Amino acid sequence: MSLLKADAMIAGYGKTRILNECNIAVDRGEIAVIVGPNGAGKSTAMKAIFGMLPLESGSITLDGKSIEKLSPQDRVASGMAFVPQTSNVFVSLSVEENLEMGGFLREDDINKTRDQIYSLFPILYEKRKQAAGELSGGQRQQVAVGRALMTEPTLLMLDEPTAGVSPLVMDELFDRIIEVRNTGIAVLMVEQNAKQALEIADTGYVLVSGENRFTDTGEALLADAEVRKTFLGG
Amino acid sequence: MGANVKTILTFGIMAVMLSAVGIMQSWSLALAITNMCLISAVMALGVNIQWGYAGLFNVGIMGFTALGGVAAVLVSVSPVGGAWQAGGLGILASLAIALATIATIVFIRSKLPPSRSRSWILFFVFVAGIAIVRWQYAPAVLAIEKFEPAQTGFLGGLGLPIIFSWFVGGLFAAGAAWLIGKIALGLRSDYLAIATLGISEIIIAMIKNEDWLTRGVKNVSGLSRPVPYEVNLQSSPWFHDLVEKVGGSSLPTETLARQQALQQMVIESSSIFVKLCYTGLFVIVLCLLLWLAHRAQKAPWGRMMRGIRDNEDAANAMGKNVTKRHLQVFVLGSAVVGIAGAMMTTLDGQFTPGTYQPLRYTFLVWVMVIVGGSGNNLGSVLGAFIIWFFWIEAEPLGQWFISFITSGMAADSALKLHLIESAAHMRLIFMGVILLMVLRFSPHGLLPEQIRR
Amino acid sequence: MSEDILNALVIVSNYILVPGLAYGSQLALGALGITLVYAVLRFSNFAHGDSMAFGTMFTILGTTWLQSKGVSLGPLPTALLALPFGIIAAILLCLIMDKLVYQHYRRQKSTPVMFVIASVGVMFITNGLVRFIIGPGDRSFSDGERFIIKAREFKRMYGLNEGLSIKMTQGLTFVIAIICMALLFWFLQRTKTGKSMRAYSDNEDLALLSGINPQRVVFITWVIVGALIAIAGVLYGLDKSFKPFTYFQLLLPMFAAAIVGGIGNPLGAVLGGFVIAFSEIAITYAYRKFLIYLLPEQYEPNGLMQLLTTDYKFAVSFMILVAVLIWRPTGLLRGKSI
Repeated sequence: MSLLKADAMIAGYGKTRILNECNIAVDRGEIAVIVGPNGAGKSTAMKAIFGMLPLESGSITLDGKSIEKLSPQDRVASGMAFVPQTSNVFVSLSVEENLEMGGFLREDDINKTRDQIYSLFPILYEKRKQAAGELSGGQRQQVAVGRALMTEPTLLMLDEPTAGVSPLVMDELFDRIIEVRNTGIAVLMVEQNAKQALEIADTGYVLVSGENRFTDTGEALLADAEVRKTFLGG
Repeated sequence: MGANVKTILTFGIMAVMLSAVGIMQSWSLALAITNMCLISAVMALGVNIQWGYAGLFNVGIMGFTALGGVAAVLVSVSPVGGAWQAGGLGILASLAIALATIATIVFIRSKLPPSRSRSWILFFVFVAGIAIVRWQYAPAVLAIEKFEPAQTGFLGGLGLPIIFSWFVGGLFAAGAAWLIGKIALGLRSDYLAIATLGISEIIIAMIKNEDWLTRGVKNVSGLSRPVPYEVNLQSSPWFHDLVEKVGGSSLPTETLARQQALQQMVIESSSIFVKLCYTGLFVIVLCLLLWLAHRAQKAPWGRMMRGIRDNEDAANAMGKNVTKRHLQVFVLGSAVVGIAGAMMTTLDGQFTPGTYQPLRYTFLVWVMVIVGGSGNNLGSVLGAFIIWFFWIEAEPLGQWFISFITSGMAADSALKLHLIESAAHMRLIFMGVILLMVLRFSPHGLLPEQIRR
Repeated sequence: MSEDILNALVIVSNYILVPGLAYGSQLALGALGITLVYAVLRFSNFAHGDSMAFGTMFTILGTTWLQSKGVSLGPLPTALLALPFGIIAAILLCLIMDKLVYQHYRRQKSTPVMFVIASVGVMFITNGLVRFIIGPGDRSFSDGERFIIKAREFKRMYGLNEGLSIKMTQGLTFVIAIICMALLFWFLQRTKTGKSMRAYSDNEDLALLSGINPQRVVFITWVIVGALIAIAGVLYGLDKSFKPFTYFQLLLPMFAAAIVGGIGNPLGAVLGGFVIAFSEIAITYAYRKFLIYLLPEQYEPNGLMQLLTTDYKFAVSFMILVAVLIWRPTGLLRGKSI
């Protein structure tokens, strides 16, 4: 049984329908990647799952519990964490304060989680007293992911984490994401860099016009000739 | 209910309320209120041109109003020969030096490329200019202010009919607005607000302190009038005849009593007649400005302004010069406020710099515009009428209200005395509540902007 | 000769340094309130000066009541004991106005200008309330010891021509302001709630994603702002005097301080407060006596050696404001977020 299960989501802005019966599921300890052409509804799907966009119909369950009615804040409390594509760190706060704010809702001791994040992203420990706004793009993304992990989520959602970073930094970020997965967290991400993302994906979803076109393991999708031709540029 | 029906209805109600004041209190008071309503309407129109057309948040209205008042003084008062002899030359010289300094600075800026040394040269020219200006200016000012300080102590004006000052007041305000706009437009909305608030305070400070120009807090009274004086009317046979013709039927028939009653009536009527003359003049100005404002709003220029107001970025992207347009509308709106300022000083017959307060001359006008309906010229006029009416009538209403709630208290109760004494301040609270209520429950005002694309 | 230099230094301390530190502290506290409202609620609060008058008024009423009971603090002004009345009143005013007025526009996600216009409405009401309750007149409510150092004693002690006097209210203003600022900065930098306020100011959406409750942040902001304005208002009133219209006019130097320092930046507000205060005093001070001490006799100045008369105080704060807006629009310290 999947940790996150979003079934037949229909949603849109005003009269424009973006998602047409879209299905997404993620398991514990698994990376799921949503890819597709521009305007396919990838980010919209993320927003709908996280509750930033109301569903017209469809169902979303997390760990078997229905969460469609919850506000984004309540979804955070129930174990989801979301890293937006832009403005995803508190630029004027130090790295350490960013992490602390990530764990704002937690009543227990957050130092242990913070140390885990520091061991996952050693550079953050080095820069912990620096304002997040002064860091490089890749380091900022690590702060953003770290902040999201502070709630000890069961599902981590990333909206284009590698947008605007260099290929080298992208590889490093993907390595870190694999490490996050290896701690048992489910990872769901939207990616523009489809090829590289599918390489690390356990499951890949190819969305077109808000509908599931292909769903398979990352490996299989990469091997699929039609997927390669249409979406991965050969 | 159609927009036109609503406009006619609301103005009708306003007319009924003013008439009620005429019948219940006095016609003289009703006309006095109407005249200030008309002046307020011109001010509100000016603010609406800036805010309603272009979304500029100007809270320096007090300054432009006061500049209009300065115009009234400088146009109508006769020149003071002695003061001119004492220090006129010095003032003119310092003015010339100031202009020369500015010209030098502009010249250097245009000739030399920006660099550290240029900044130093400019700074040096600036400081030297100020020093030379002060060397000429300070003794001249002293000499002028020493000349018959009890009556004059200033240069006086041009001695022209005061009605010209309405135009000049507009020019003064426009000039100041151009200068301010050059500096402050382009700032974001709330910075512009703070900048204009500050400039209006500076304008008032200058008017209060530059005695050689405006007599400062010593005030200028006895300004000439564009309409007849009551005393002259009372001694004119034609006015007696007119009064007798209009009101004769209500007079007693017995000769002596009739004579006395007629005399009384002539005295009362003369004051009303004078006020009516002002009303007539103000109505002409207001209608003219309204017509112009209406034409501008309907013209492509007005459409472009609305476009800029509603989406500045898009307008910018389409190649519209937003800052230039803003400057234009800022200057025009301020000029209208300046005209109103000159009209107000004309009506008062005196210029009293100490009475300019932002609450009354800036923020109250804002309440008028918001309540009336931003973007709708007739709305601002209506807002001005309603708000000024209540600003004046809130006092008797407040007194009545306080004496009603304190009627149970002992006559010498300290609380009662305090409340009665403070009742006048209720109108501030009252205005705040009206503003917030309209903003909350009818944010487009009583007569909303009619959007026609 | 060296005595002349000492005398000149004493003059500067007496007429510029001490009054500047006191006035600067008052402006800094006021500007902190403006900057906090701007950082968290994202608008320029035109009702700030009048809310200050409101808090001060309740302190004055409390002082009068305490005095009538025969309570006093000895050398210190009784108003310090009555300060809690003013703080509570100002906080309540802020919270009630937020509930009745600003909350609605927050929910509507209105433009900043709408908030500013709403704050003009609040300004009218607060101003009216103050005048209604205590009247528009000038009043002084300082009691206790007037001076910490008297000019006459200073001259006797050091054998100088010029005396230095420090008023009790000036000393108190400085000490209390420093304590308040230290507390505020400790709160913002070290406590979880303070950090959540900074986070909310920095990035509202991300703060929501992190589970920070906006209502709580807004509530705490108003509580702090209320306390700050009451303290600033009382200190100003003790040092000078209380008059509703003067408090309204303080709006301009306070805004100037907040913007010059970098609006939204508390450290900037403090810096801006002192910059504005010292400029106002230094530019409108007559340097004649100071120069007489320093210059050789033949160069003694004739005039007052004053750059601007004190009537142009506003002009000074305003000119600095304009200069900063033109050349460094973000302020001396970078603004916009706490």
